Amino acid sequence: MRTNSQPAAATEGFPMELDIRNIAKDFGGTAALHGVDLHVASGELVALLGPSGSGKTTLLRIIAGLEFPTRGQVFFGEIDASEKTVQERNVGFVFQHYALFKHMTVADNIAYGLRARPKARRPDEAEIARRVETLLDLVQLGGYGKRYPSQLSGGQRQRVALARALAIEPQVLLLDEPFGALDAKVRKELRRWLRELHDRTGHTTLFVTHDQEEALDLADRVVVMSNGQIEQVGTPEDIYDAPASPFVFDFIGEASRIPVTVKGGVPFIGDRAVSAGSGRRAPDGPATLYVRPENVLVRAGAAGEGIPATVATVHRSGSSRRLGVRIEGVDAVVEAIAPAEGLPLQVGASVAVGLRAPGVFATG
Amino acid sequence: MAIRFVQPSVIPGFRLALGFTLAYLALIVLLPLGALVFRASELGLSEIVSLALDERTFKALEISFVTAFLAALFNVPFGLLVAWVLVRYDFPGRRLLDAMIDLPFALPTAVAGIALTALYAPNGWIGSYAAMLGLKIAFTPVGIWIALVFVSLPFIVRTVQPVLAEVDREVEEAAATLGASRLKAVWSVILPVLTPAILTGFALAFARSVGEYGSVIFIAGNIPYVSEIAPLLIVIKLEEYDYAGATAIATIMLAISFVMLLVINLIQGWARRRFGRV
Amino acid sequence: MSDVSAPARLMSDAETDTPARRLRKPPRLPTEESPLVRVSLIGLAVVLLLAFLLLPLVAVFTEAFRQGIDGFVEAVNDPDGIAAIKLTLLVAAISVPANLVFGVAAAWAIAKYEFRGKAFLITLIDLPFSVSPVVAGLVYVILYSTSHGVFGGYLQSHGLQIIFAVPGIVLATIFVTFPFIARELIPLMEEQGTTDEEAALSLGATGLRTFLTVTLPNVKWALLYGVLLCNARAMGEFGAVSVVSGHIRGLTNTMPLHVEILYNEYQFAASFAVASLLAALALVTLGLKSLLELRYADELAAGRRH
Repeated sequence: MRTNSQPAAATEGFPMELDIRNIAKDFGGTAALHGVDLHVASGELVALLGPSGSGKTTLLRIIAGLEFPTRGQVFFGEIDASEKTVQERNVGFVFQHYALFKHMTVADNIAYGLRARPKARRPDEAEIARRVETLLDLVQLGGYGKRYPSQLSGGQRQRVALARALAIEPQVLLLDEPFGALDAKVRKELRRWLRELHDRTGHTTLFVTHDQEEALDLADRVVVMSNGQIEQVGTPEDIYDAPASPFVFDFIGEASRIPVTVKGGVPFIGDRAVSAGSGRRAPDGPATLYVRPENVLVRAGAAGEGIPATVATVHRSGSSRRLGVRIEGVDAVVEAIAPAEGLPLQVGASVAVGLRAPGVFATG
Repeated sequence: MAIRFVQPSVIPGFRLALGFTLAYLALIVLLPLGALVFRASELGLSEIVSLALDERTFKALEISFVTAFLAALFNVPFGLLVAWVLVRYDFPGRRLLDAMIDLPFALPTAVAGIALTALYAPNGWIGSYAAMLGLKIAFTPVGIWIALVFVSLPFIVRTVQPVLAEVDREVEEAAATLGASRLKAVWSVILPVLTPAILTGFALAFARSVGEYGSVIFIAGNIPYVSEIAPLLIVIKLEEYDYAGATAIATIMLAISFVMLLVINLIQGWARRRFGRV
Repeated sequence: MSDVSAPARLMSDAETDTPARRLRKPPRLPTEESPLVRVSLIGLAVVLLLAFLLLPLVAVFTEAFRQGIDGFVEAVNDPDGIAAIKLTLLVAAISVPANLVFGVAAAWAIAKYEFRGKAFLITLIDLPFSVSPVVAGLVYVILYSTSHGVFGGYLQSHGLQIIFAVPGIVLATIFVTFPFIARELIPLMEEQGTTDEEAALSLGATGLRTFLTVTLPNVKWALLYGVLLCNARAMGEFGAVSVVSGHIRGLTNTMPLHVEILYNEYQFAASFAVASLLAALALVTLGLKSLLELRYADELAAGRRH
């Protein structure tokens, strides 16, 4: 059994796995989180994705110790951090609006966490200056140390906030909407840059975003949240290709819905059975089938295999056409993508439709 | 292209409104203040200085400035404490307490003066206890200081309060995630942001205290060389028909008012440049 | 359970590490102080405020009624006292409307137009606040005193009396209450901009009609707020009025001056009785002011300073 007196310096910055066990949070009677479980492996880059009000920021703040859960525990490695204060947790937190200290220079902002340490663990000023320089170079802001935050652009402030969080050699890096306040172009550049930085430093990192493109592009794994619950956890491919719930289908990418009836585990559109996709099963009874536009295959002519349908709308969109296809027998129009050339598709044309990788979920 | 005095606008009445404003300003404020400056210039700088260096005048100015400074200084921590409690904590009676802060603004100074004297005179509610300890409050500079603390407290509270209310909680949280204790976070992150407001409040409190008359003269005892304040000396000189003496003291005090106004504007300009929008 | 013996990776002061299941109150939020600190700070602030602000007020009313209701009535219902009340009302009735008209005109010019020297004009309007009341009185004496004033000779030859008479008291009062209404209106009207007025004008309203039906309703609560503060100061002003009044009983004594005279004559109960009327006015002013702030916070200018 190891003792607790091990010097902290040996473990600082150690990439840390993170375990969230049954975290719930009530704000004056309304539940923001209902019993969330999540495991994040050491060195992983994970996105918490969801609409506003889904509880993702609350979860991030609970991990940091900025809020306390109504029940549940947060483990850093094997240590229960639930009763640790935010100061003791040693997390790097990047705030949505950066929360830079505007009365301090960039260098003083970055050095803040080092200077706040108790004397025994505080580096001397020369060492602090050296580390600040290294961090400024790391975030590509060498030479900006003497400026004030008000003299920087949004993207530069964001990087200062990141350098400040990294300065304390955190066990976990937490970012709340890190690119939310930036314009689209800077956002994309910083996204790529953050990924490269993560690959170099290897911090266990969680970031909150409401932008699915950002989450799918950047993260090793994506946690989709809604209404205080986790809807699905998986790689970006899993999340996009095999959504586990109607919410994920709707929230990530696009999806059309078709009312179906499940009999003996097989979904029927009218009296025509369709393949149920992989691994998801809805109980017998009325259900809804979800399918992505690119997975709707349209063939000309009513004959042959496929679900009979008619073309309801046609829109040219760049190199392809977007079709609205009305499925016969049910009141549903399905979005589909077809090449710009080729098939002679006019409004009113009869077509046959094939559905790839649909999801079927019980209605209601 | 010539720079226009006023940008064109479809809204009517500019000439009338500005004309009336300037005329009224000139008549009520500029003309009388100009008269003082005119009389002072008739005296000449050396005469003003020699009048001010008259021992009794010099002592009165010194008492006014020192007590005003000490009152404003005391009101910095006091006002900060009150602003903090009013902004950050919710407790029964908070609104009442908040409304009470403006009492010194609303209560006529003469009323405050006799009330404070009733409290702190050697036979007063508090003064009698102090007297038992051998302390004298009223009729000493301490009494003046108490009256000035009373009249100038709202300046600090009311300049700090709105700034404190707007401090971004995320900044405090950022300090905490970086390992700063609560005390360190307040000291290193909140206090510096409040500094311009504190300095402005201090300057306003000081300016008000230096010129304060009504609340002080009852409790001061007005003993020459001990507890006689400069504004009172102006009144005394006037009663003695010593217009030159009154003008000299008033000129010095007016100059102080201008300096304080300038200081306040400089502080606010500096704060805007330094803290910009982040 | 393994976490009891886990390595201390969190912090060096991890000796506070406790078994995970032990129930303990969670630590307080990082932006909060401990309950003890909180209660101490509130307690200290309340005690200091009660001692410094409330106690003098209590003293006024206690001393006023020291000789009972009868003593109070007798003190107030004295010919000189009545004259002082009447004069105070008269002075306020002239100076408040005068500053009201000025405040509206100044705010209109400053808020609705862009012109050079605007910032300097605002500084000049604020100037009377930083001038000692005694100096405010003195400048009028220097200007209008029949014996020494700049215009003394002219006034003397036309038999006009300003200093040691009601006009001087009114002028000094206007001076010290000069900025109150303007500084409430200027920030609010700047914030509101000119779009409402432009809309009204484009609909064919005349300038005056636009002002009365669009601008004025938009600022009515701020206007009332300014009038309230202006009136309180006008009725309570002491220093400036004291210098120009001449203290002629029954003629040029306002209520605050009457308080002083009674006090200096050792008629303490009577002095506090009159003072208590002024204190009551202050309380009513504070009450109405708080009410306005509570109900119409949005319609008073943001970032208002006192």
